[in-house]
Amino acid sequence: MMAFRLARRELALICRGPAFWVLLALIQAFAAWWFLLLLEQYRSHYQPLVVRVNSPMGVNDLVVLPFFGSVLLLGALLLGAAMLAMRLLADERRSGGLQLLLSSPISMTQLALGKYLAALVCLALLALPWMLLPWTLAFGAELDTARLLSACLGVLMLVAVLAAIALFASSITAQPATAAALTVAIGIAFMGLNAGVEVVAGGDDALADYLAMLSHYEPLVQGLIRSSDLIYFLLLAVAFVGFTIRQLDSLRTQR
Amino acid sequence: MSSDTALLEVEELGRDFGPRRAVTGVGLTVRRGEVLGLLGLNGAGKTTTLRMICGTLAPTHGSIRINGHDLLEQPAQARQALGYLPEIPPLTQDTTVREFLQFAAMLRRVPGGSQPEAIARALDRCGLEDVADRLIRHLSKGYQQRVGIAQAIVHEPALVVLDEPTVGLDPRQVVDIRGLIGSLRKAHAVIFSSHILPEVQALCDRVVILHDGRQVYTGTPVDDETEVRFLLRFGNAPEVPALEVLPAVLSARRLDDERFELVLRDERAGLDGVLSAALENGWQLRELGRRRRTLEQVFLSLTAGEAAA
Repeated sequence: MMAFRLARRELALICRGPAFWVLLALIQAFAAWWFLLLLEQYRSHYQPLVVRVNSPMGVNDLVVLPFFGSVLLLGALLLGAAMLAMRLLADERRSGGLQLLLSSPISMTQLALGKYLAALVCLALLALPWMLLPWTLAFGAELDTARLLSACLGVLMLVAVLAAIALFASSITAQPATAAALTVAIGIAFMGLNAGVEVVAGGDDALADYLAMLSHYEPLVQGLIRSSDLIYFLLLAVAFVGFTIRQLDSLRTQR
Repeated sequence: MSSDTALLEVEELGRDFGPRRAVTGVGLTVRRGEVLGLLGLNGAGKTTTLRMICGTLAPTHGSIRINGHDLLEQPAQARQALGYLPEIPPLTQDTTVREFLQFAAMLRRVPGGSQPEAIARALDRCGLEDVADRLIRHLSKGYQQRVGIAQAIVHEPALVVLDEPTVGLDPRQVVDIRGLIGSLRKAHAVIFSSHILPEVQALCDRVVILHDGRQVYTGTPVDDETEVRFLLRFGNAPEVPALEVLPAVLSARRLDDERFELVLRDERAGLDGVLSAALENGWQLRELGRRRRTLEQVFLSLTAGEAAA
C-alpha cells in the first residue's frame, strides 16, 4: 500500500513539472513525423512493388515493423529514462528529502518499489503515442492486431527495464546529471551489447546476443512472443530494482 | 505515561567512518517535557549523532531506544515515535505547504481519517495557516524552517529531533523559531543541536557538549555558581603569597602586573579580609569585580583543552 501511495505522489510531482509534458510533446512529434515518412514511402514506393510481384507483404511488414524498430523510439525512451533518473532518488538525495524518507517508518523495498512504479507508469505514458499511432492504419488497411499487440508488449518490456535502470542510476549518485548520463550509458550498453561485441570480436557471440535487449525485443515486434524473452526482460528489471534496494540500504551503513 | 519516562535512551553510541572515529561513547537520556541541547563546534559529531538517533545512519556500536522501542530491533515502531528536521529541511519545493504535510503524515503512517485534523494542528502550532496553500518555494527561509518543524510534529511523535534549526535565519526568525521550540516541550521531548551558546541557554533544560566525537560535558546550561571568583586590580600590587594567606582565600593567581584572580571559600569573609589587607598594606585597590565561570567558558575551555590534547 505504502509503495502505491509513494508512487502516486511521485507521479503527481512528475506531471507537475514541465519536463514530462515537453518530452511527451516531443515524442508525439517524433512519432507522427516518422510514421508519416514510413507511410508515404510505402504509398509511393513499396505499394506498387508489392502489387507487381504479388508479394504477401503489406503495411504490417513495411510500415508497422520499421516503425517499432526505429532508433527514434529507442532514443525517446532513453531520454525519458534519463529525465526520470534526474529526479527519482538523485534529487531526493541532493535536496535532503532522502533523510526524511530514511527516518520514516517505511522499508527501503517500499521506497524503491514506489519510485519504480512511478517511473514505470511515467515512461509507459511517454511511449503511449508510439504505441497508439499505428492503430490509425485500421481506417484504411487490414491490421494484424495480434502482431501489433505483441509489438506494444515489446515496447512495454523495454519500458520496464529502462525504468529500473533509471531508478538504479538515480540511487547511486546525488548528482542528477550524472544519474542521467549513467542511465543513457547503461541503457545503450544493454540495448546494443551484441552489436558492440560483433564489431570488436568480428563475429557473433552467443552470450552477448543473449544479454542484449534488442535481440529479445525484435522477435516481439515481429509478433513472436516467447516466454524466454519475457523472462529476460523481467529478470533484468527485477535485478536493477534489487540493486537499488541494496544501494539504499547501504546509505545507512556507509563507511 | 508518567512525565519522567525516558523517551530517548542512548547508550555507548559510536560511529566509525573507515578508520576515523566520528562519534564514540555518547550516552543521552531525554524525558517528556525536556529540551536537550547538543552543543559543539562544527564537525564535533552533532549531526552524526542525531542521524544515528533518527535511523538514517546505522551506528557502529551502542544502542538507541525511542519511546521504549529499540531502533534496530523494532525500527518501524521506533521511527513512528520520532520527528526529525535534518540540517537541510527535506522540503519538496514544488508542493504547497498543506500537500507536503499530507505527504509527511502519510509517510509517518497517520491514519487517513485523522490526517486533516493532524495537518490543521501542525499548521496552527507552527503559525502556518496563512501560507498553507502557497508553494514552499515561494516562502521565506524562516517559514520554510517552520514547515520543516511542522513535518516533524505532524504525527505527534514522542521525540522531536531538530538539527541546527536556526542556522541561516535572521534574528527575528531565530526568536520565532525559539519560541516554537519552547512550545514543543509541553507535549514532546525535544533534542536539538546548535553551536550557538545563548540559544542553548535560552531553551534547554540540559546540555551535552560534544567535542571530537566525544561527550565532554553533561549538565545544566546555567552558569557555574559553585566557585566564587573575583577579579582585583591594585595600583601597588602585592606578591601572590600575600594574598593566599588571607582568610577564606582558596587560591590566588596573577593575571598581569596589576590584576589578580582570587577564588574565595566564603564571599563575605573573603572580601572583608582582602579589603582590610589592601587598606593596611597600601595596595591601592582600583577595581573589584565578580567573575563567573559561564557556560561559554566551560565550552571554550573544554573544546580548547581537548583540541590541544
